[in-house]
Amino acid sequence: MGRVQRGFGRLRLGRRTKAVNGEAMISKEQAGDIFDRIRRYSSADEVEVFFSGARFALTRFANNAIHQNVEDENCVASIRTNLGGRTARAAANQFDEASLRRAVEASESLARVQEPDPDLLPMPDAREAAGTDRSVRVTRFFEHTAAITPGDRSEAVGRIVAIADGHKLTTAGIYSSSESVEGIFNSRGLAEWHSQTLAEVSITMLAEDSSGWQKLNSPDVRNLDPAQLAETAARKAVESARPREVPPGKYAVVLEPSAALDIVGFMFWDFSGMAILDQRSFLNGRIGTQLFGENINIWDDAAHPLQAGSPFDGEGMQRQRVQLVEKGIAKRVVYARGTAAKMKKSELADKAGPIKATGHGFLLPNEMGEMPQNIVVGGAEKPQSVDQMIASTERGILVTRLWYIREIDPYEKIVTGMTRDGTFLIENGKVQFGLRNFRFNQSLIGMLLNVEATGAPVRACGEESFDMVVPAMKVKEFNFTEVTRF
Amino acid sequence: MRDIAQLALDTATARGASYADARVVAIRNRSLATKNGRVGHASESDSLGIGIRAIANGAWGFAATADLGRDAVVVAAARAVEIAKASARVKREDVRLAPEPAAVAEWTTPHRVDPFSTSVEQNIALLVRADAQVRAVEGVTLTETGMNFVREESWFLSSEGADIHQTKYSTGAGYTAYAFAGNEIQKRSYPNSFGGQWQNLGYELIEEMKLVENARRVGEEAVALHRAEQCPEGEFTVILDGSQLGLQIHESIGHPIELDRVLGMEANFAGTSFLTLEKLGNLRYGSDLVNVVADARQEHGPGLGTFAYDDEGVAAQSTRIISNGRFTGYLSSRETAHMIGAARSGGTVRAEGWNRVPMIRMTNVSLLPGESPLTLEQLIADTEHGIYMETNKSWSIDDKRYNFQFGCEIGWEIRNGKRVRMLKNPSYSGITTEFWNSLDAICSRQDWTLWGTPNCGKGQPQQVMGTGHGASPARFRKIKVGSAYKGS
Repeated sequence: MGRVQRGFGRLRLGRRTKAVNGEAMISKEQAGDIFDRIRRYSSADEVEVFFSGARFALTRFANNAIHQNVEDENCVASIRTNLGGRTARAAANQFDEASLRRAVEASESLARVQEPDPDLLPMPDAREAAGTDRSVRVTRFFEHTAAITPGDRSEAVGRIVAIADGHKLTTAGIYSSSESVEGIFNSRGLAEWHSQTLAEVSITMLAEDSSGWQKLNSPDVRNLDPAQLAETAARKAVESARPREVPPGKYAVVLEPSAALDIVGFMFWDFSGMAILDQRSFLNGRIGTQLFGENINIWDDAAHPLQAGSPFDGEGMQRQRVQLVEKGIAKRVVYARGTAAKMKKSELADKAGPIKATGHGFLLPNEMGEMPQNIVVGGAEKPQSVDQMIASTERGILVTRLWYIREIDPYEKIVTGMTRDGTFLIENGKVQFGLRNFRFNQSLIGMLLNVEATGAPVRACGEESFDMVVPAMKVKEFNFTEVTRF
Repeated sequence: MRDIAQLALDTATARGASYADARVVAIRNRSLATKNGRVGHASESDSLGIGIRAIANGAWGFAATADLGRDAVVVAAARAVEIAKASARVKREDVRLAPEPAAVAEWTTPHRVDPFSTSVEQNIALLVRADAQVRAVEGVTLTETGMNFVREESWFLSSEGADIHQTKYSTGAGYTAYAFAGNEIQKRSYPNSFGGQWQNLGYELIEEMKLVENARRVGEEAVALHRAEQCPEGEFTVILDGSQLGLQIHESIGHPIELDRVLGMEANFAGTSFLTLEKLGNLRYGSDLVNVVADARQEHGPGLGTFAYDDEGVAAQSTRIISNGRFTGYLSSRETAHMIGAARSGGTVRAEGWNRVPMIRMTNVSLLPGESPLTLEQLIADTEHGIYMETNKSWSIDDKRYNFQFGCEIGWEIRNGKRVRMLKNPSYSGITTEFWNSLDAICSRQDWTLWGTPNCGKGQPQQVMGTGHGASPARFRKIKVGSAYKGS
């Protein structure tokens, strides 16, 4: 039961076909022209336009056949206007004059009816947005991914189905590819643009009473090996057949990277200056304290080679690398510009750690402030493979996937959820048999105090949290509270 | 818009589609929020585009574009057919559609006040007044309010001759009070949590909610929860308020009855269902008192699942899902109807916006009210010992929809027919069919509300959909309570 491995895809890439509307994706120059028109239509003190566009395709299969197969493309111009300390936003996906004028008028009307906000900052210029730390310049656009055709996807799915048929299993899943752009322009001369591609494969293999799952994505489709993912999922389904029931309780658990990602992801909304100011963060009163085990190191790094996404935030500020947790101590949180300015004046400032704009803000205006979204969870100096973690476990549970995770207690960070698609009993250092799935109720604070081993961090994706660079983890005393029927 | 949709159909059929439909959808949204007395955000958005489905060589394709120019629509329609032909390379059997009369119709959500005709100043002023009332309570550390309006106008044409123009209005509002003290964060929401209450109505819904009138109580309860005792663990009689029961219905009835899920089409993401086909007509889903319908018709109420025609042109219907406890119906589509021997789709196919493919979704899946007169206070008075829980705080269920766990914002212990003390962090868990079979009382019509869940997620790529769930408070026996904090 090794961890997910990366390999080279065996796609035979077809000629790149035309987009859904026959045109290329919007370019920075075209977006700049639209911004210039919007600016002419506006009488506001400041104008900002955030562009987000994508051409997205997904081939979906179930019962060993393709049952949905979709492509769409869209581009949205989200217009923010500032009038005398009042700001509001309106969005449109049509760029004719009437539509843009309507959106500008809507934004300005919404702004005019508000009271001035004394905390609203002027928009940043390019110099402020660039920051003082290193700027993120990574390549996340790969022609191989952009060139994927419907025929390519259907061929890849055909091979996955053939693997399922070979194992006498039923398969369901997706193969998707996309090309996306994000850009921001403002009337202070800021103009940032980012384009990227992403390919993703998610495969479930189902037997009569068991299942297995694997999922992976990458901006570069050559990093994906659908056949290998299919074989791993199939092996999990076969080896967890005739699942047995063991009683709920506290067990050592080996979490594969996607499972670790999905559960730890629930705490990152709280690593926000605004969450501290609003007193809704589990870090209120805990920054600077030994909150987790000394082997826990977490940082946010948009430039990490295994990350995806744009290098700037909702105001165009460059995303800075931020050490969130160091040797188990909660060091600091991230800040949008406005939140940093507000925190400096707050009575909570002396308990909030370093206060500085870090380039993690959401589009303004918003209530939530900011959030780290390029998480790297560090591994041990001597990482262990999943097989090594299993070998060191006297009695425990191997978990492939966690599901339907929801927060129970916001301050103790207790979350609940289920295991799914490949849950196994480990005994005497070996995987013994498949298990009926568990419900857990686990404090994330408690969990990260109990990490006994980690693997090497890998790019992983799940369903409950955003993509991260995260290792497999062995955790002691993980709290399984109930067993379900399968 | 009709001309553009017809062009798409003509192109698709010329390229080899045996069936095609096109939806042109224009969506306008207004979203307002306050936080601690200030405007948190004020925004509007417009989105317009066309989504085209095609069947070619017995398989589906779908393409969508925001470019409604003639050339772009021709390319998109051709693309839908190309995708369908690619799908056909990995198929087991041809798509088979149940027949449906091709409707020509116009329909608009009945409403008294177009929400977009109300001024933003008026909307914000109401939120600020409610916010102020909540924050006036000492101990409240954060107040969030929100108000949202959506107008969705769609033109649906099919190669079978359907031509349906619908305009739907959705309105929602609510607020939450947070109280942080010591090492606890407690909260109370009104009229419901996670976005408030939503219906397909105009601004009159906002007026009905009495937001300001309830604000102080909500703030006081958030603070009072800090003084309340922890909900005990054990087996108890539980009474659930209508809003919590609405979510219980959503998760443990609404999702498992989606026929596409039953047939494995959601296995990779949202999961499958324990309601395998042989259980139809046979399974004792709940006690004799349990009657559930899936009803998209206006006469059921202005729910988020109310329309005249679904997104593949099938007229709104009512399907009996559970009849006196027996499982009797699924949510079905034109493609899946034959799998249950139905001659016609149940009319439950819906899509988010223009750029998502229509799929089976809940409409209004509702527990019918008790037939005998019974109010909530009478039900409490009839209960010797139990726990009454109100307003959802957390929800989780396994991927076949058996094991669930819910947490609520507030509870009260009942002894000898009276609420004797407030309880914090109440939670309960169970197995779906065991839970519904333990129901022994449902309040009657005067306590029945058609609640709105605006954020149901399903599908790949994921689609968010609003669903309606009518419920009165109800009582359940021998329920496992307190599991969320077990072992903590």
